[in-house]
Amino acid sequence: MSGPEKSTSKEFEPHTLKMPDGFETGNTKHDWDLAAMRAKHRILAEYTYEKKKVQRGYTGRTLYVNLSTNTIEEKPVSEDMKKKFTGGKGFDLKLLWDGIKPTTRWNSEENEIVFAGGLLCGGTQYSGTGKCLAATISPSTDIVCDSNAGGYFAPYLKFSGFDALEVQGKAKEDVIIFIDGKAGKVTIETAPMEETNAHLVSEQLTHAYADEDTETARQRVAVVSAGKGAEHSYWGCLNISFYDSRRKVARLKQHGRGGLGTVFRDKKIKAIVTKVEHFNGMTNDPADPDKMAAVAIKYNKEMRDLDKSQCNMRTVGTGNIVEVMDTYDLLPTENYRFGSFPKATNLHSPNFYKRFTQVIPDGCWHGCTMACTKAVDGFTVMTGPYKGQKVTVDGPEYENTAGCANMGLWDPDWVIEWNFYCDTYGLDTISVATGIAFYMEMYEYGILNKERCAGLELIFGNSEAVLELMHRIAAGDRSEFVQVAGKGARRMKDWLIQKGWGDHELINDTGMEAKGLEFSEYVCKESLAQQGGYGLTNKGPQHDEAWLIFMDMVNNQIPTFADKAEALHYFPMWRTWFGLVGLCKLPWNDVTPLSNATADEPAKIPEHVQNYADIMSATLGKEITPANLIEMSERVYNWQRSMNIWMGRGTRTDDWIPYRAMGPVTELEFLSRNNKLWDYRYDKQLVENMGFSKEDVDKMHIKDKMKHIYDYRQDRYQKLTDAVYHRRGWTQNGIPTPEKMRELGFGDETEMLEMLQKKIEEDESAGLNVWGGNYQGDEKPPNDDVKYWKE
Amino acid sequence: MTTVKIIKFSPEKCDGGKACEEACSNVHFKSDEGGDKSALRIMEKDGSYNMSVCNMCGLCIDVCTVQALKRLKSGTVVLDKNVCVGCQACVGFCPRGVMRKASDVITPFKCIACGSCVRACPNGALELVEVDLDEVKEVVYHKQGVDE
Repeated sequence: MSGPEKSTSKEFEPHTLKMPDGFETGNTKHDWDLAAMRAKHRILAEYTYEKKKVQRGYTGRTLYVNLSTNTIEEKPVSEDMKKKFTGGKGFDLKLLWDGIKPTTRWNSEENEIVFAGGLLCGGTQYSGTGKCLAATISPSTDIVCDSNAGGYFAPYLKFSGFDALEVQGKAKEDVIIFIDGKAGKVTIETAPMEETNAHLVSEQLTHAYADEDTETARQRVAVVSAGKGAEHSYWGCLNISFYDSRRKVARLKQHGRGGLGTVFRDKKIKAIVTKVEHFNGMTNDPADPDKMAAVAIKYNKEMRDLDKSQCNMRTVGTGNIVEVMDTYDLLPTENYRFGSFPKATNLHSPNFYKRFTQVIPDGCWHGCTMACTKAVDGFTVMTGPYKGQKVTVDGPEYENTAGCANMGLWDPDWVIEWNFYCDTYGLDTISVATGIAFYMEMYEYGILNKERCAGLELIFGNSEAVLELMHRIAAGDRSEFVQVAGKGARRMKDWLIQKGWGDHELINDTGMEAKGLEFSEYVCKESLAQQGGYGLTNKGPQHDEAWLIFMDMVNNQIPTFADKAEALHYFPMWRTWFGLVGLCKLPWNDVTPLSNATADEPAKIPEHVQNYADIMSATLGKEITPANLIEMSERVYNWQRSMNIWMGRGTRTDDWIPYRAMGPVTELEFLSRNNKLWDYRYDKQLVENMGFSKEDVDKMHIKDKMKHIYDYRQDRYQKLTDAVYHRRGWTQNGIPTPEKMRELGFGDETEMLEMLQKKIEEDESAGLNVWGGNYQGDEKPPNDDVKYWKE
Repeated sequence: MTTVKIIKFSPEKCDGGKACEEACSNVHFKSDEGGDKSALRIMEKDGSYNMSVCNMCGLCIDVCTVQALKRLKSGTVVLDKNVCVGCQACVGFCPRGVMRKASDVITPFKCIACGSCVRACPNGALELVEVDLDEVKEVVYHKQGVDE
């Protein structure tokens, strides 16, 4: 099998291909002396390594950087590590396990940020093959949080010769880690002059580290950065650049969740830069490139023929579902009180289409024909330090727009403004939106007010106050409110309760966080399965483990606890797999092949699942089946759960979700859906699901109705938890058993196995190995044998 | 650039000898095998012949992330293999299926309107004709607006 060189033809060589001047963003130009900035860098450590080609998706080694000791070294990847952890997030977890202690917290010296792509990452043929999986001990949750992002970094890290990058320790001053995949050299350099905010530092470093002054050279540089907001809050995200040669802008994708940017800045990393040589679809060394290409071409034809009439991802990106969520009462509005809103039409995707510049196929990695990452060019910034400047804003994507709906911001231009500052300050849009929406509701009830909010009028819809809060966070404002606000909803709850402001129950029920992490942007009150999808997770309430609302609530495909539990086994495992190999999930189910109409299990999109097994087989050169993919995930998923337990979390109480995620907390919320327009939603449920007669319901006081619904739903969540733990083979307190871990292949990891055994024994003494649901009449727990997990 | 040269086919003159394909694969791969190594393909159907080849519509330019596909001043759409990363987006998106992928080679290939096939045909079934660019040009749908 040979590479592209075989096809060289003299006919092509004489052509000098010059693109017409083409598109201009109209963005503000900066006059930086990049050479002078770089001249200020001091090299703190330098490491030369032997360049190595990728073999069947792996480089066979990882890169370790310690910023406290200025050590750089490489570690081999063993066959055992590949077998047990596959790659990507699996490698992140394995390296973290080796590098940290159960007492490690986000700002501990030994905490690490680990980046890894995965064995399919960097292949250019199939759509969505550029994902980076990053993990760290999160400031929000005190356990491992992993988050994925597109952009060019993970492929370039691999092409530079490493399956993962592990950064430990803390620098004393701002540094850049530069991985020069062309020269085979890694350096730690001080970087006193460069900007911190992402849109500027990405631009500066892309130009400064490119080999020459050409678009192609700049496209071979990738930058990881955070921003000033990440320095002063727990909401820090990481920005991964992908240089857009048509716009001539270093665009940004984000590792949003869990405060990776916060840890990054705590380590005083200003940026990580990678540079590579020319690459193509052979660089990842697939065993059967023709098979790879054939699967990709089949998929690309689907995109060509079906996307426009299905999700229209290529045209408006993920924002296409704003109108769908609004229609189904699932678009979070005013802190998840409502799922739709009259003004939401302002945020429907056609309004963003008008603002997007459609100049290129907007993929965040080569070969992605879903190309959903849209951008607004020449946007005039309205507030803050960049007021009046013109910038390119990536997005807004669905979560960002829906997050604005949650804060009651209904003007698309303010959505873009807010999105721009979240990105450049290195703030996670989801956490910021969900956190501030909660603060706004507290403001509405008078639990917060202007004085308590350091002069900010955080009423729903006050976009200027939202931006002002973000500017203050980024500027390191020391007022008590801003300090707490930037630490997120969990710390805000604690602060309000400690201050004695407001009713504890109301505060705990309405702040939409679980495990310390803010919820992503879907109303899940009417979908029990999605409540489990948010709560019964490893890292916190994030829809990347399971998105079951439509299956459950709209299509009623999983009516029983056992059905829901099966979905909450399969889908988290299936979705975990993408993170093990460096893939994006969107190409899996945001276009539906024609074969799905007659598929046995349409929700799984079987044809696409087979595509993934096929491209993995084609890369590795051995037969991989769809069942094998789930096995890979189950190992890593259980390992992550076990790590949570190792760190003192990961049990039933940690899988709790606030009542706002389960049902109506306030009378306003209850009444808004218990009327003719909504077919008396709750009265109907009292009769149909809870066995009350219509006459009883008609006579019932609203408080009693709400109390019955509250008790019913809380119990249903416990029953779901029982069913899911049972399906996953865990104890009733959510602990993976040593038996289960051995069955998954972890026979040699005695430290982990003994820790789990000890925890189960402690739970036994504490009486925690019992079912959580209140089973009455015909209802039965998932298993007659309470110790089912012993087998 | 207002016109572009494309290949025109007269089926009644074709005898299915496929000298054109051999000439084409020679240009692209220095091989006489034609078939999947030829940018132009002759297919027999019900006793007569069809030809498929690029009409220079240029939709592929819109789907290439690395700008490997460009329209030259002559109007011809070409692929720069030194820039191409072999992603196959253009192959999948080509409305006529004439952006091709040969086995064993990761980068696709297409007609460059060089005329080798025209010269190779003993029956004069192929010719290079100049057409208005506006007649053939196509724009990918994501640039064409959205229903409100």
